[in-house]
Amino acid sequence: MAVKVRIPTPLRGLTNGQGEVEAAGRTIGDMLVDLENRYPGIKERLCDEAGNLRRFVNIYVNEEDIRFKQGSDTALSDGDDVSIVPAIAGG
Amino acid sequence: MDFSEEQVKRYSRHIILSEVGGKGQQKICESKVFITGAGGLGSPVALYLAAAGVGTIGIIDDDVVDLSNLQRQILHSTKTIDKPKVESAKETLEALNPDVNVVPYKERLTSANIMDIIRDYDLVLDGSDNFPTRFLVNDACFFAGKTLISGSIFRFEGQITTLKPHDGHPCYRCLYPEPPPPGLVPSCQEAGVLGVLAGTVGVIQATEAVKEILGMDSSLASHLLIYDALGMRFLKVKTRKDPNCPLCGKEKKITELLDYEQSCTLKI
Repeated sequence: MAVKVRIPTPLRGLTNGQGEVEAAGRTIGDMLVDLENRYPGIKERLCDEAGNLRRFVNIYVNEEDIRFKQGSDTALSDGDDVSIVPAIAGG
Repeated sequence: MDFSEEQVKRYSRHIILSEVGGKGQQKICESKVFITGAGGLGSPVALYLAAAGVGTIGIIDDDVVDLSNLQRQILHSTKTIDKPKVESAKETLEALNPDVNVVPYKERLTSANIMDIIRDYDLVLDGSDNFPTRFLVNDACFFAGKTLISGSIFRFEGQITTLKPHDGHPCYRCLYPEPPPPGLVPSCQEAGVLGVLAGTVGVIQATEAVKEILGMDSSLASHLLIYDALGMRFLKVKTRKDPNCPLCGKEKKITELLDYEQSCTLKI
């Protein structure tokens, strides 16, 4: 499944400055592997050593937080909009 | 309260809105709002709420005005460099609207003082610049049953949400259960921030505040609004109350205020 992934500002250094990239995968977990292949280093920023999504990073498929769906097993459909949203604290 | 002739004129563009009217303006004039931080977000928040006639504006910041603040912190000016930010803020807000009672707190917000301070206010707006304060403010507002309107900025990106865990909506910890470990996320000081971004995000927070005061239903409760200034895009996603939230979930693991280590160092 090909999806569009919104890359937040702090991670754009890894995507050649692009705010939106393409990635593929049947699930969010697959998609993260694909993203890592395309943009090495990105998975480490999103997931901890055990491969779990870091607790200050959320991923939304369309408008829904995957933590309230099936987590990294959340299924993706062609054309889904995936958004990576880390907590930010500036004021 | 009865409006003076001058007040009727000052607030006339509100009063003629049927959704606000004299009664709504009266609510605004009687409201008490607390703002954490007199910086990038606190500036537009405080200016618009003072202009709107909010009765009492409490504002906390222990810093003094620095030249590098003036690119975005529009409460302050070249004249007020080296002055405490809360004093500079008070001068600016009282010049804009003498009706407003500005209460300055020149101190750090801590687990020891926050409950006493927010007790007197109807609504809290967070414009702080670090994770430990954001979690502290969230937890304190939950314990005190106060609505919290949270805004944050980083480089070219902003996030805004209205947190009402006492009303069936998520709290900040439902979105982000824990702060990042110190060192993993850079601060604005280290990473830079687009000055006008603070204006956009702060003004959205102020909009949410006015709607809360007026008792309007539609708000960013249970939603997170993400603004990308570079792509000039807004994205609104749903947020959910987490049944396992350590603060407002069933188990209620957090029963008192926590002090996290300051995480203002860099990596990335």
